[in-house]
Amino acid sequence: MKYIQSSVEQVRLLERFSNKSTSGTLHLTATHLIFVESNNTATTAAQEIWILHHHIASVEKLSLTTSGCPLVIQCRNFRVVHFVVQRERDCHDIYSSLLRLLRPVSYDELYAFSYNPKQNEQQREEGWQLIDLGAEFERMGVPCDRWQLTDVNRDYKICETYPRDLYVPITASKPIIVGSSKFRSKGRFPVLTYFYQEKKAAVCRCSQPLSGFSARCLEDESMLQAISKANHNSRFVYVMDTRPKLNAMANRAAGKGYENEDNYSNIRFQFVGIENIHVMRTSLQKLLEVVGSRFLSVNDYLLGLESCGWLRHVKAVVDAAIFLTKAVTVEGASVLVHCSDGWDRTAQVCSLGALLMDPYYRTIKGFMVLIEKDWISFGHKFADRCDQLDGDPKEVSPVFTQFLECVWQLTEQFPQAFEFSEWLLLQIHEHVHSCQYGNFLANNQRRREELQLGDRTHSLWAFLLREQQNYLNPAYCPTYADTHPVLEPSTLPCHFKFWRNMYHQFDRSMHPRQSVLKNVLTLKESNCQLEDTIKDLETRLQKHGISPPTPDPQASPRDQRILPTRPHSLILGAPLSRKEAQRQQEEEEEEEEVGEEVTECCSDTERTVEGSSGTERKESYSDLQGTYGAKAEPAVVSLEFGVARMTC
Amino acid sequence: MEFSEHIKTANVEDVVLRRPFHPPMQGTLCVTGHHLLFSNRDGDSSRLVLLLLRNIDAIEKRPSVSSGTITLKCKDLCVLQLDIPGMEECLNIARSIEYLSSLDIVSDMYPFFYRPLKLSLQDQWGLSSPEQNYAQMEELQDRWRLSHVNKDYSVCPSYPPAVIVPHSIDDETLVKVAKFRQGGRFPVLCYYHRKNGMVIMRSSQPLTGANRKRCREDELLLQAVIDGSGLGYIIDTRSNQQAQQARMTGGGFESKSSYSCWKRLHRQLERGKVLQESLIKLVEACGDHSHSVDRWLSKLENSKWLSHVHTALATAGLLAECVERDGHSVLVHGSEGTDATLLVSSLAQLILDPNTRTLDGFLGLLEREWLLAGHPFQHRCAHSAYSHARLRLEAPVFVLLLDCVWQLARQFPLAMGFSEPLLLRLAREVYASDYGTFLCNSDQERCAAGVKERTHCLFQFLLKPSEREHYSNPLYEPTELAIWPSIQPQSLQLWRGLFLRWTQHAVHLEKAQEELRNLVIECRGAS
Repeated sequence: MKYIQSSVEQVRLLERFSNKSTSGTLHLTATHLIFVESNNTATTAAQEIWILHHHIASVEKLSLTTSGCPLVIQCRNFRVVHFVVQRERDCHDIYSSLLRLLRPVSYDELYAFSYNPKQNEQQREEGWQLIDLGAEFERMGVPCDRWQLTDVNRDYKICETYPRDLYVPITASKPIIVGSSKFRSKGRFPVLTYFYQEKKAAVCRCSQPLSGFSARCLEDESMLQAISKANHNSRFVYVMDTRPKLNAMANRAAGKGYENEDNYSNIRFQFVGIENIHVMRTSLQKLLEVVGSRFLSVNDYLLGLESCGWLRHVKAVVDAAIFLTKAVTVEGASVLVHCSDGWDRTAQVCSLGALLMDPYYRTIKGFMVLIEKDWISFGHKFADRCDQLDGDPKEVSPVFTQFLECVWQLTEQFPQAFEFSEWLLLQIHEHVHSCQYGNFLANNQRRREELQLGDRTHSLWAFLLREQQNYLNPAYCPTYADTHPVLEPSTLPCHFKFWRNMYHQFDRSMHPRQSVLKNVLTLKESNCQLEDTIKDLETRLQKHGISPPTPDPQASPRDQRILPTRPHSLILGAPLSRKEAQRQQEEEEEEEEVGEEVTECCSDTERTVEGSSGTERKESYSDLQGTYGAKAEPAVVSLEFGVARMTC
Repeated sequence: MEFSEHIKTANVEDVVLRRPFHPPMQGTLCVTGHHLLFSNRDGDSSRLVLLLLRNIDAIEKRPSVSSGTITLKCKDLCVLQLDIPGMEECLNIARSIEYLSSLDIVSDMYPFFYRPLKLSLQDQWGLSSPEQNYAQMEELQDRWRLSHVNKDYSVCPSYPPAVIVPHSIDDETLVKVAKFRQGGRFPVLCYYHRKNGMVIMRSSQPLTGANRKRCREDELLLQAVIDGSGLGYIIDTRSNQQAQQARMTGGGFESKSSYSCWKRLHRQLERGKVLQESLIKLVEACGDHSHSVDRWLSKLENSKWLSHVHTALATAGLLAECVERDGHSVLVHGSEGTDATLLVSSLAQLILDPNTRTLDGFLGLLEREWLLAGHPFQHRCAHSAYSHARLRLEAPVFVLLLDCVWQLARQFPLAMGFSEPLLLRLAREVYASDYGTFLCNSDQERCAAGVKERTHCLFQFLLKPSEREHYSNPLYEPTELAIWPSIQPQSLQLWRGLFLRWTQHAVHLEKAQEELRNLVIECRGAS
């Protein structure tokens, strides 16, 4: 590894929720902090932890102890690692290097600009072309006789945080648009984001009006009128202010506020009470504090869940999306959604609503399109919210994380409705913070173009689509969409659960030891392969003029069924990490180089043996052993269940 | 039938039945000695709903002038509603249900009348006997023997006729030990750990009383257990304080001075009324349709149910850890040794012993550790969470066991040979059943009532090929290793399948589970 700047040996990694520790070497590279367990036994592969600098949210050096100098690193993907470095000087070196590395001040320093997977220029470009929002609006049935594409924002002149291409009612003339945009915070005037073709009802989004206590704007009123007129199903249009009423009223003092029903004809105004980014940030912090405490009792856990309010906020967002969905699909009314600036809560509610209304967004590709549309193109401030550059800590907020969690809650309620499993959500979350791909960099499209992200970085979507078999939900039923085109989630609070795999993704001891998801996926995958092999063999036999024998039901598929394992994932069933993927890719390539004529079946089993230290079964159980097994530990009973060793 | 005197109105027409997941149905309601029958003839198709009266936990009636509504809250947590035309009919039916659903004479209960065509009373009752269990474990036979001291149930009424005890302890000694243990439940072997020859024993509390009585024979017996390894643990399922207090009422614990080679560990498991109230609160919380997350979480917390799950799993983990990792034998008891004791010992066996994780093995474990070991099912499961009756001896210990097993199966989805539907089925059958398995409080009572001759055995039925398939886990891959559960609160979950079974959205989850199951079976079948 040529980037290595420094290595420190004999570093101990303390497990977060037990008294166990492993020792190894800590390497610091230009992009990663890497911990490699010094391998004591040959049977298990050495554990490696790779932490991308961008993922590190904070580094803390605790006071010196007898065993060394503790270094606690908290990551944005909710990984918390606790190292103990023997010498204080080494600890200080790492600490200060990290501090320097994890506060990039310009975009050029971000990993995306140096990240270089084995890809040629053409593949990279194709990656960026995978998602086409113009085509997406066409899929919805726009432009049509009531909605059209407008070029007012071609040069980001009207609103620099909006995309270039915007869709507005045909009757909304340019002066109306310009007037309306002047009356809206940050110029974010009402535009179409989702079109429900069946009822020709529209979901539009904007920012709060600059109404203050009494100001009004005729163009803005005409704009809403135009939206209303574009829908013949309903005489009125809903205006959903996603803020709590109190917050909206307070904004009036600053010359902003909300729509006055008296000024706008045919609107129905509604507050839905989602709290602001600061409340959400504090709430998640509290949640993490609660679940991060080491000896947590069940009661404290439940009380903590309650008092941090996180699930209450998650439910508020889902409730708002349900309200939106009902208005559109049941009443056939158009809805205008806004909050303050229309890029946080508005993005959450619009995208979740669309997810409930349209089965397309519940597919892997569709979900990417949805994020691209409602979050990336409409200017959710990823750079600020995810703290990509050293910026204002008050701007940081887990709004997008919360959206992903809402989606997860829905996947839990409708296990058959989504093509993807939670791994897609976790992987997206990982990369929103990794700054490894260009998609989520910067705050809006205009800035992204200035940075020439399309030319200088890679697209996450291409990467995810390439390995999409890892993200499939085995319970997905494509015909579910026919019977349930619109999802109607339950709003009962008992359906909102703590998302352990997100907030404890890296806490090994917390997870089930065996994964149904992984097992079923493996079964499915190997079944397909076996079928291919059978076909292949049959055709070969036929070539030789032999009719295929009837399959022997006794022939156990056990060994063949086993696929390469993913030994380093902390949660069983986790998709391959990038590094593993690379390694596997390299192995495959090596095999290709050998170029022997082996049947597909054979090469597959061989790879199984090479790719891991044993069969899948052994691996997953050695995993059990590794955590609890008698060998790995000193013969002391003192662990999870807390007996003191008997000394006599 | 003698029940007829309690049935004033046997048939009512034009009754409307409302139940979860189904549109309201209009039809004829009929009350029999053991069932509510509801049939509706809708055109050509006729549908029949059959409800075992024993399943009804609480009945609420709202009569009005010309009709009435009866709400039936069942022990399987389902809530039904009947709209009955005619006030008198409504009251009559309600009265019949109230009486017939709370019969407490065992021989009047439905299992004695259930005669399905496919089953014969000549079939074997039960899965295995203590003799067979003993015969199967050859490794232990040089140090342990099968004692028939209790063959007429005179030494311990709640024990089976044969139990396994140390070889060196004769029956005479056992009789004396029994007098020193509450209810005569002297220490017996319940699990032998093949890997290191350590054992799990269980008993009731010693009757040391306020003046610290001792019993030589009891001390001898325990000494014989650890003979060789030299040390043992006693896991007392009460807190230290509770154990101290028990001395005032004649009970007590093994003191350090008398049992010098045994180390006591106290882990407080709730039992009895506290547990029943916990279940009642939990079910109430699950039925609360308010939309506030805070309220839900605070009610869930307030029910303490998950804390009980946590404590049970943690104590079982501790027990298993003592045996497997520390290599010591363990005696577990609380006060009576018929509730928390059995809970902990059977969970520890599931953690340690792969044989108890198969479908047959699990039912065998339940038979050994719950039915033969004398868990008083009839007392504990007389009423469930909805009942308005005054609590007497009810406690959902067995439901708690099933919940803990479910948690284990969630964490090790491949390690168990049985599936969630089995646990759900058992949770239902234990309160109201066609089968005689869970009747009575002990083996002795079961024999006296003729349960084994005159009723069918649930476990035998569940192992019939047709049922077996439904209750097996298609993902099952046996492992010889111990399955150590994570007991972090974040790793424990509310058992939706049981407690939220009847909420609107359970259907989606059930369908998806079924789908996955079919998929796995299909894949495995194909390959």
